[in-house]
Amino acid sequence: MSPPATIDLEDLGLDEGGHLLLKHALAGMAVGGQLEVCGRAPDLSVHLRAWCRRHGHEFCDALTTAAVTRRTVHGPAGVVIKSAAPDARWSGALSTGPAIADEPSPTWGLAARGATVEAGGPEFHFALDRKDEVWADAAPAIYRQAVASQWDPETAIVWDAPVDLAPEVEAAVVQVMTYLVENENAALVVPARFLGQVHPHFKEVVQVLAVQVADEARHVEVFTRRAQLRGAELGLSTAGGQASLQTLLDEPDFPVAHFLLSVLGEGTFLSLLSFIETNAPDPVTKQVTHLALADEARHAAFGMAHLDHVLEADPGLRAKLATAIRRRHDALAHTAGLNEEVFDALVILAAGAWSPDALRRGFRKVQELEADMAEGRQRRLRKLGFAPDEATELAALHTKNFM
Amino acid sequence: MTPTLVMGAVAYDPKVVTIWDGFRNWFRENDFDFDYVLYSNYERQVEALIAGTIHAAWNSPLAWLRAERLAAAAGSSVKAVAMRDSDCDLTSVVVVRAHSPIDEVGGLAGRTVAVGAVDSPQATLIPLAHLADQGLLAGEDFEVVQHNVGVGMHGDHIGGERDAARALMAGRVDAACMIDGNHLVFSAEGTLGSGATRILTQTPPYDHCNFSIGSGAPVEAVDRFGDLLLGMTYADPDVRPLLDLEGLKAWHVGRTNGYAALDGAVRRFHFYDDEGNVTASDYRP
Repeated sequence: MSPPATIDLEDLGLDEGGHLLLKHALAGMAVGGQLEVCGRAPDLSVHLRAWCRRHGHEFCDALTTAAVTRRTVHGPAGVVIKSAAPDARWSGALSTGPAIADEPSPTWGLAARGATVEAGGPEFHFALDRKDEVWADAAPAIYRQAVASQWDPETAIVWDAPVDLAPEVEAAVVQVMTYLVENENAALVVPARFLGQVHPHFKEVVQVLAVQVADEARHVEVFTRRAQLRGAELGLSTAGGQASLQTLLDEPDFPVAHFLLSVLGEGTFLSLLSFIETNAPDPVTKQVTHLALADEARHAAFGMAHLDHVLEADPGLRAKLATAIRRRHDALAHTAGLNEEVFDALVILAAGAWSPDALRRGFRKVQELEADMAEGRQRRLRKLGFAPDEATELAALHTKNFM
Repeated sequence: MTPTLVMGAVAYDPKVVTIWDGFRNWFRENDFDFDYVLYSNYERQVEALIAGTIHAAWNSPLAWLRAERLAAAAGSSVKAVAMRDSDCDLTSVVVVRAHSPIDEVGGLAGRTVAVGAVDSPQATLIPLAHLADQGLLAGEDFEVVQHNVGVGMHGDHIGGERDAARALMAGRVDAACMIDGNHLVFSAEGTLGSGATRILTQTPPYDHCNFSIGSGAPVEAVDRFGDLLLGMTYADPDVRPLLDLEGLKAWHVGRTNGYAALDGAVRRFHFYDDEGNVTASDYRP
């Protein structure tokens, strides 16, 4: 029998980290191999016996081990005979990457993608666990861009910039902000509901959705602050508007909900926010919509990328999406759509002043906005592979509440 | 299928249910009909084993010694079919504070020594017998301070040993007794603190728990039980969590030559008589 390998722990005890040196030395040895352990820690021999027993290794008292013929400076505390048991924990372990799996196992659970997962762990039942259902090739890039584009409402907006509007225009801004907050709440809740259902293996999707939720939380903050900037109370919320948003929250299918919210809803909001920024009657309104617009553009881009991926894997989904638009339209047929207060407020906001000429200009701009929104929806639908006629028809069926 | 093997276990911790539920499932998946009964203390369990109420018992070493005595008195016998790898070759230590003036066992004369529960083999009976072997008699040459957590569970509850360790560090006692593995745990976790204590003496190795089998147990079922236990592997993800909870990497064939030190302590301290009656006056499981 070959003499045992030796390790000298010097004065490091097993009760203060010495076990790391021990494990490291054993890792390179074959099962059955002997490791003579030396050291100056007073309790080393007692602790080495206990440590071996706990980890399944055999312990031989150095003084009774015939193989030990040498004496080191510090003297042997004992000999460890390596057992197979500690390494057996990793037999049957599962590799979770680095490639992105089509259907990650429920037993991969919360493990980092690429980690080795011990067999026998609990199963996590993430409802959204198929790549075809959740993935977008652009997700990693969109996440990086999202993180790099985060802004702090406190410093990104000049809250004390001069805001001195006619009372009617200020009231219109407050009403528009009230409407935006309500819609941002929906845009926060919908991805948040799916966020916890996506298998963490698709981490970039989870990350994008998480940042999206944080974005919307920030939008809620800045729109609320702008509404209250001049001390006004928040405006009106209508039953029709809420009914429209409720249909988004009620949609249980992730791709369909994402389509309705991000492609059609947030896509439409790109036109709306751009309109408010362009026609903002004060610098704070302009800033908050400008910053939100950049975020919403990213959300719409992710929606498009996701739907693009999903439709490529399952072209039959296109009919399901069309049905969803028609179903939502039917569900909202009995509601008023965009509330009159919001429409009027947009006219006044765009007018910027309380005079017949200004109001005429504002009215015309809102008509152009609606046309621009419809065109944007048609363009996105065509890009997702809908035929031009169907894209036009479906774009027209989108909720009059915009989101 | 073999007849149902019914095993007793002492509920010293809520995890006991998890462990034996898990093992029961595993046994049944391996076509072995197994069930278990929980007892609040080892004395009741051993009496049930000898009475034939249960076929097998997951016994502490002290319970094994009582089972042997009771069985012999009844004209029968018990056998140890298996034990954990971690049940073999334990030692206990008597420790003092690192800067204590006590530098040899004799220095404990006139001092106070903290022990675990009155029925703890590793933290009371064996170390006190070890000190007696070196000429120091508990209660005569030094005062014993018991830490009676989980009395009746034969020291399975770690609380008594931890309380003894705390008493040492609080300066309420001059020395404390504990199993070697707990000295490592207490030192690493900070109950004692690394380097805060000095080991005054260490007992020779002894063995701990075993699966005790009563004389009336169905032979075929017991054989299968033993085969299945010894066939369990730590590589099996279904059984590994249970082995982790029970503190072993592998089951070994039961051996009974590691209980001499405890047997000597039982006789010295009159814990049980030769017929297995409980004779320790301060023991109320």
